[in-house]
Amino acid sequence: MIRAMIVINNQGKPRLSKFYNYTPVEQQQQLIRSIYSVLCLQPENVSNFLEGSSILGPDSRLVYKLFATLYFVFVFDSSENELAMFDLIQVYVETLEKCFSNVCELDIVLNYSKMHTILDEMILGGQVVETNSEKVMQAVEEISKLEKVTAATKLISKSASLLWG
Amino acid sequence: MLLLTLLLRSVGFYFFTSSIQNPESNNSYTAKLEQLKTIGRELAMGSQGGFGQSKEFLDLVKSIGEARSKSEEDRIVLHEIETLKRRINEPDIPKRKMKEYIIRLVYIEMLGHDASFGYIHAVKMTHDDSLLLKRTGYLAVTLFLNEDHDLIILIVNTIQKDLKSDNFLVVCAALNACCKLINEETIPAVIQQVVELLGHQKEAVRKKAVMALHSFHQRSPSSVNHLISNFRKKLSDNDPGVMGATLCPLYDLIAIDVNPYKDLVASFVNILKQVAERRLPKSYDYHQTPAPFIQIKLLKIMALLGSGDKKSSEQMYTVIGDIMRKSDTASNIGNAILFECVCCISSIQPSPKLLETAADAIAKFLKSDSHNLKYMGIDALGRLIRINPDIAEQHQLAVIDCLEDPDDTLKRKTFELLYKMTKSSNVEVIVDRMIDYMISINDSHYKTETASRCVELAEQFAPSNHWFIQTMNKVFQHAGDLVNPKVAHNLMRLIAEGFGEDDDAADSQLRSSAVESYLKIVDDPKLPSAFLQVICWVLGEYGTADGKYSASYISGKLCDVAEAHSSDDIIRAYAVTALMKVYCFEKSAGRKTSLLPECQLLLEELSASHSSDLQQRAYEFRAILDLDANAVENIMPLDASCEDIEIDKSLSFLDNYVHKSLEQGAEPYIPENERSGTLNISNIINRNPYEHPAHSLRFEAYEVPKLVVPTKLSPAVTYPTELVPVPEPSYQPTVSSGPVSDAGSGSGSTELRLRLDGVQKKWGKPAYSSAASSSTSNIDSQRTTVNGATQPDNVTSKSREPRQPHVEVSEEKQKLAASLFGGRTARPERKQSGSAAGHSKVSRTTNHGEDKAQPTTVTTAVQPPPPDLLDLGESSGAASSYSSTVDPFKQLEGLLDLSQDGHAVTTTTGPDLMSLYSGASTNGQNQNQNLNPLLNEKDNMNGAPNPSNRTASLTKGPSLKDALDKDALVRQMGVNPTSQNPNLFSDLLG
Repeated sequence: MIRAMIVINNQGKPRLSKFYNYTPVEQQQQLIRSIYSVLCLQPENVSNFLEGSSILGPDSRLVYKLFATLYFVFVFDSSENELAMFDLIQVYVETLEKCFSNVCELDIVLNYSKMHTILDEMILGGQVVETNSEKVMQAVEEISKLEKVTAATKLISKSASLLWG
Repeated sequence: MLLLTLLLRSVGFYFFTSSIQNPESNNSYTAKLEQLKTIGRELAMGSQGGFGQSKEFLDLVKSIGEARSKSEEDRIVLHEIETLKRRINEPDIPKRKMKEYIIRLVYIEMLGHDASFGYIHAVKMTHDDSLLLKRTGYLAVTLFLNEDHDLIILIVNTIQKDLKSDNFLVVCAALNACCKLINEETIPAVIQQVVELLGHQKEAVRKKAVMALHSFHQRSPSSVNHLISNFRKKLSDNDPGVMGATLCPLYDLIAIDVNPYKDLVASFVNILKQVAERRLPKSYDYHQTPAPFIQIKLLKIMALLGSGDKKSSEQMYTVIGDIMRKSDTASNIGNAILFECVCCISSIQPSPKLLETAADAIAKFLKSDSHNLKYMGIDALGRLIRINPDIAEQHQLAVIDCLEDPDDTLKRKTFELLYKMTKSSNVEVIVDRMIDYMISINDSHYKTETASRCVELAEQFAPSNHWFIQTMNKVFQHAGDLVNPKVAHNLMRLIAEGFGEDDDAADSQLRSSAVESYLKIVDDPKLPSAFLQVICWVLGEYGTADGKYSASYISGKLCDVAEAHSSDDIIRAYAVTALMKVYCFEKSAGRKTSLLPECQLLLEELSASHSSDLQQRAYEFRAILDLDANAVENIMPLDASCEDIEIDKSLSFLDNYVHKSLEQGAEPYIPENERSGTLNISNIINRNPYEHPAHSLRFEAYEVPKLVVPTKLSPAVTYPTELVPVPEPSYQPTVSSGPVSDAGSGSGSTELRLRLDGVQKKWGKPAYSSAASSSTSNIDSQRTTVNGATQPDNVTSKSREPRQPHVEVSEEKQKLAASLFGGRTARPERKQSGSAAGHSKVSRTTNHGEDKAQPTTVTTAVQPPPPDLLDLGESSGAASSYSSTVDPFKQLEGLLDLSQDGHAVTTTTGPDLMSLYSGASTNGQNQNQNLNPLLNEKDNMNGAPNPSNRTASLTKGPSLKDALDKDALVRQMGVNPTSQNPNLFSDLLG
């Protein structure tokens, strides 16, 4: 199963983190820091896999991919295929790309909750549920459309009540 | 009005952001463009509604982004927390505002600060009617809370309500929360609804319901056991997404217990076949590969189901072969599938044809330039060599390249592979490499792991005593503090006992080589403690045994050790005991003995030591100094560390003395558990040990000797004269003095050192003993052939040179390869001979008949039925949905080829080629001879050099032919596989 999904920028600031097993906040920070300290030492042109047993406990592996300024990291155990996880990062980023067109770090910072929504559509409880980025997009759009509607109605009713209330 | 202010504010915010962007941009054109783009994006986002955030939040994000140090960031976040704490508790906060606060809380917690003061508000937000707020609430609680948090109970009711909602998005949000927040106690509250939702009309809901059920099962299998059948049902869901999600729980269930799911093999195979044939909607394609993640999951499941089950495995062969043939090796995901296929092949019952394809795939991986693929190749190779150790040979040079690669991940993986394929023939090279690597790394975790692997391999496969001692020295020198202390005790025991053979000469040779090597390195000031203990013990026990070194030389070294490590009591204890032993052995041998002045000094110093253990040892030593040779020999017999000591636990030898004392009016001894009064007192004193230090001291002093060995203290210190008439107990100090490293539990540590029973077997392996000399000579001779060019052996070099015209690899590498991979230098030759496969087969059957028979034996032994089941099953059983793209004839041809091959090998071609082979060069023959002892050794180790196995495996041929005939008949009868099957999954399970 997938244990965690983390996005860190190249200065070590976490941009998104999701742990699928309950992990106390301090431990999360510790993990993110140690993962970053390993990642930033990785030379170019080496494999994107890391054996994680020294920092993440037994039977854990780590796949990362660097997009511009962001490291996308998946932590998982032996029941997952490394190359497939590597492509899952690709799927996630492709989905983000479709969402934001020309996605950059700022999009990710500013759309914190949307990032979570997209991730939740793909991975549930540490299992990959959907890898079809069209479908993920569809679901996310449906949610945002609905939320927009509710937000708008709220606003209208609010302003109406303000006007006449 | 509000609309207006909102608009105004948003305008202000855009100005603000653009002004913030300014300092960051370098005024260049591109930066401006980027800035414009950002503004545009933010505008677009604002219109998106749900996900936009306010200026304040953006401010926070920006200022944190610009923070130069962690402390500055912390300051900003702490300030933010203060603000939030104040605001969040204000009455009548607009809900929209509240939502933002919650998002800010989530953000703060991601940065590592405590946001627990706002949890309750997040929980409240889940109760909201608005979907937007509800979702935010759910998101926050899933991130904040774990399943056992106290607040969960407040959410369960909401989840229950939301699961019944008409709006499927609400239901999805609630199911999301279920996966994270429902624990064993609360499962019954929602389980009924979740199961109902499995039949929901929206596939997104069904999918999430499956996952929720799965997470319940992970939490508490017992509470959902009766619902497991739902997973089976959902496998035939009309929506491929739901089916794909169902594979996750099924994989977990099958991993726990395979047997109840054997009947699904056909279904899984069928699904995989349909996926691979692109019958899924086009939208499931990812980089032109049909639903790769589903394929991978299915292959993983099949690997579990087919493991050790021939019948199931046979159903899978065709589809796996198909996928491997079709797979797109240009894309990453295609390779992922290919790798999963190889894993599956190595897990199920081996099929020779598939193994060949797998080997090809591995070759492709290893030859690739991508480090990722190389890594996967090494991983796959590690799996495959378990079935067929010969495969590694083809890739020896690629493996060595990986070993020398700067990529650390790859290097580690390669060492793992080498560890798996270590044999007595290549152990020296591999362990040497591992030690070099161990020295080069700093990570203590991997250092420990590598060190313990080195030790393990050295213990199992050591070719000679000398090598073993040298290797252990290196491991201890560089990672001594990291290895398990047991390893040190193992080493001592090993040196004491030898290899478990009754060969005294070899044992003493081992000891003297150990002594010699230790004397060389003992002056190194950085030796780890555990290693020094071993050195002291060995020097004390065997330092003077072979007469090479004088007692005074050894004693001098030991004194140096004690002096150099004056802060380490354990080392000093070992050293002083060793000194005592050296002295005793000298004295009992009748030689003139005198204590070195530095030894005397040491004794004086230790007699006043703070450590009672050291003090006692010093006094014991002094007591021994006054004894005559005869008594000393009784106390310290030469080389008796392995002899069992009978401990008289009842202390009957003291009866006389006790009796006398009692007669003289001494109080009788009362066991501890009977003297209740004193026990209470000791309890009190233990509780406040600083109030009555004098009392507590006395109590301890009486108890400790009782726990250890009472005789140890009494005879040595108080009644030195009684040592002589009572030899057994007086011998006690010798033994317990060795390992008092675990001071206090004297008898326990004696056990540890003297009774490590597992090791004996490791060393006593018959294979090892017989191969010890032959394998070393083997390697030597192989080396000479590899080195041929540099040595005056002209015949060899001449015969080799024309046969490898394009050798682009360096000699050194080849040498390494040869020594790693069983020393078979035949590789370049084989490359030369055109039909590499055929040749290797011949050489294998001729040279390594038994060797090859080994994997096949397994197959035939486990499952006697003839293999034609496979082919019939293919065309009749599973054929219903089998499309025409796969030609069963091709498969059968392959099988036939193989069977012919088998025949050819045994009948005609074998000897023919063989004569060619041996005629070509003396080198080849040489090799055969060299390999023979290796082979014998292998047989010995497997314990089953059964020649009949070979014939059994070869009789396979005719039955395969039968199968072909049968299939042809079936086809003639007109039973053709129907090609199209419109319903995707519904008809699979009936």
